[in-house]
Amino acid sequence: MESPDTATGSRTVTVTDAAELPGRFAALLRAGHRLALVAAHHDPAHGDRDRAVRVVHLFVSGPPDTRTELHVRLDPDAPELPTLARLSFPGGRFEREMRDLYGIVPRDHPLPHRLVRHFHWPRGWYPMSPDAGPPPPFAEPEGPYPFLEVEGDGVYEIPVGPVHAGLIEPGHFRFSVVGETIIKLKARLWFTHKGVEKLFEGRTPGRGLPLAERVSGDTAVGHALAYCLAVEEALDVRVSGTARRARALLLELERLHNHVADLGALCNDVGHGVLNAQAQRVREELLRLNREVTGHRLLRGGVVLGGAELRSVPRPGRLRALGEDIGSIVELALGHTTVRDRFTGTARLTTAAVRDLGCLGYVARASGLAADARLAHPLCDYGPALRVPVHSGGDVLARFLVRAEEADTSLALLEHLADGLAPGRAVAVPPEPGPAAPGPRSGVGLVEGWRGTIATRVELVPGPVLTRVKIVDPSFLNWPALPVALADTIVPDFPLANKSFNLSYAGNDL
Amino acid sequence: MTGHTTAGAAAMCAQVVAVVAGAPLLTGLMRQVRARMEGRAGAGVRQPWRDLRKLLRKEPITPTGTGPAFRVAPALLVATTAVVAALMPLASTATPATGRSDLILVVALLALGTVALALAGLDTGTAFGGMGASREMTVAALVEPTILLAVFALSLPAGSTDLAAIVSAGLRDADRLASPSGLLATAALALAVLAETGRLPVDNPTTHLELTMVHEAMVLEYAGPDLALVELGAQMRLAVLLGLLATLAAPWGIATTAAPLAVALAIALLAVKVAVLGAALAAAEVCWAKLRLFRVPELLAGSLLLALLAVTSSYFLTGA
Repeated sequence: MESPDTATGSRTVTVTDAAELPGRFAALLRAGHRLALVAAHHDPAHGDRDRAVRVVHLFVSGPPDTRTELHVRLDPDAPELPTLARLSFPGGRFEREMRDLYGIVPRDHPLPHRLVRHFHWPRGWYPMSPDAGPPPPFAEPEGPYPFLEVEGDGVYEIPVGPVHAGLIEPGHFRFSVVGETIIKLKARLWFTHKGVEKLFEGRTPGRGLPLAERVSGDTAVGHALAYCLAVEEALDVRVSGTARRARALLLELERLHNHVADLGALCNDVGHGVLNAQAQRVREELLRLNREVTGHRLLRGGVVLGGAELRSVPRPGRLRALGEDIGSIVELALGHTTVRDRFTGTARLTTAAVRDLGCLGYVARASGLAADARLAHPLCDYGPALRVPVHSGGDVLARFLVRAEEADTSLALLEHLADGLAPGRAVAVPPEPGPAAPGPRSGVGLVEGWRGTIATRVELVPGPVLTRVKIVDPSFLNWPALPVALADTIVPDFPLANKSFNLSYAGNDL
Repeated sequence: MTGHTTAGAAAMCAQVVAVVAGAPLLTGLMRQVRARMEGRAGAGVRQPWRDLRKLLRKEPITPTGTGPAFRVAPALLVATTAVVAALMPLASTATPATGRSDLILVVALLALGTVALALAGLDTGTAFGGMGASREMTVAALVEPTILLAVFALSLPAGSTDLAAIVSAGLRDADRLASPSGLLATAALALAVLAETGRLPVDNPTTHLELTMVHEAMVLEYAGPDLALVELGAQMRLAVLLGLLATLAAPWGIATTAAPLAVALAIALLAVKVAVLGAALAAAEVCWAKLRLFRVPELLAGSLLLALLAVTSSYFLTGA
């Protein structure tokens, strides 16, 4: 089943200057484009161009698959941008991230606190600058960063983490509480900056892939695929229709095992352990299936540059049996009055909040926003099996329902995609890096991972060697929604609400 | 008389030993039942004892800034529960405690353990300790009156709040146990026991999520032998309360003398009754989920109502 190579759409690139940026930015937002990624680059002197700091704003929309980029060149010695935080909340967060990692100052930013900057990094050290060197020892931090104190009768604070009682990654949560009701929650993450984006620099695309697979352990396929799509676009590699189907299949397998695990975990968090035990059994069967398909329980090694490799193709009968088990787990959970009562109305997130915060994935779809990169930026022909469930409740129940229905859709898609696929390796040969492409090249990959749309943008110089890889995990955009949803929720419901979002710490803090 | 008292004292000691030795096994049994029903292998019935042994070998650690409340609470919890085990006619109604085993005293001793642990939670000065103590007190404030009312309903036919007298009356006249008032009081007591021992649907004993905990949040700062005592205390409370329920609802087999053979038989029967109750509770827990914290008072108010109805119907039906 071959289809024409339109799956990787082409990009429109506009070079602008800092003064014109806000106007163009606002115009793109008004036209319905979404800010998917902002990346800074250190451009060395090249030909008649001086060295510069270049900022790329990537906007996407679809269908039809549209990608638009705004490039701004800044003074490398004192990089400054007019802030866009008043136009776009995610824009403001990307700016804070760039300021912390690159030292690019957003002028008049309404919330000029540090975001990703670790408390103990020495003043003036920016890990992404070319002369940053190895991580320096902890030194005088960059200014105090106090928590906003909620004042009033009977308000008290509960600090939780960054070390937790369970197997959870580090994050500090500060609850301001009256009685049991949460007045304000402040989540402080970014305790484990690993420098992943820096580690990509200077690698060949092939050596970058294992790194991309390990950005977030539970999203191996999503991140590997976004990275491969970006590199392939940059190098003009044409991936066969078979390989694209195989990739879409792997992506659905990943969605399925994560959704099943979390459906069980949500039941466990309300004390209904038996459904969790059953869900984890189904998950284990899915992980074993994953190992048969790719040789790795978490599906590493399935997506390769230029194609995909399948050791086996899942049989429809086996998928249907698992689907029945998942269906009965969901039915039992929803039929249990206590479980349903705990889910209903807990941690409600409004559609307006989701739109303003720029949320993605099931968080957005549970609050009435039908955003899905499988529709906007399709990998292959999904056929009628692709249904995007949308609920408008915005509570834990809505997120549970969206994920349960997505698991169903994944099963239907798996059957559709597996039909006609055969085990084996389908890899396109990359074109010879001829003289036709002397300069730096770039590419963008957009993939609907199980948490939401992953955006990866790469830049390469001939070799090919990676000069910059910027990864945006949906968690980066969804984390701010958690405190918003938790206002007026009670403290003992926090773990349940948190699990219903299940955001990544690793993908968020590269 | 001396020989009689010695035999009675021996029966009392046997009760305490049975509770202390059996409580971890009861917890182990309940976990095993739950594991099997969920399709897991389970750690075995003796695992709580292994855990206690492991904890007892560890170095005791006290957080800085804690006072006597924190240090005394574990011992007090175990001691009060042991005294309750001695007072109650679990195996024999002919112990030296007969006539002194007032039900109000039993409830007060259990409350003393609860309060000691809540104070210890506050003493740590951590947000979790305070949060757990506050939740535990909210629950306790609703549970204690329920237990008292239920007990009052059960004591009316016997004309005494002495446990031995109630049990003896129950043994003589089994019909009373199946009376509406007896059944209502037993149901109220059962709900109160669930809340008092931190079981589902009030508290989740298996959770590791600090923010949802009630009982566990209070004892987060304990480690080593102190933690062993706290855990043993909690397990003993569960055993004693299930024992109380079994003794009041099904007193058959309890010895009315202190004869060693009768006491041994009674203890074996007690173990069976408590094991059956525990297994039934564990099986029920598999089908339950934890209530939202703000719904817990509704449940407890329901059990209070049952207890109230028990008292009222007891007046009407006995024509008192």
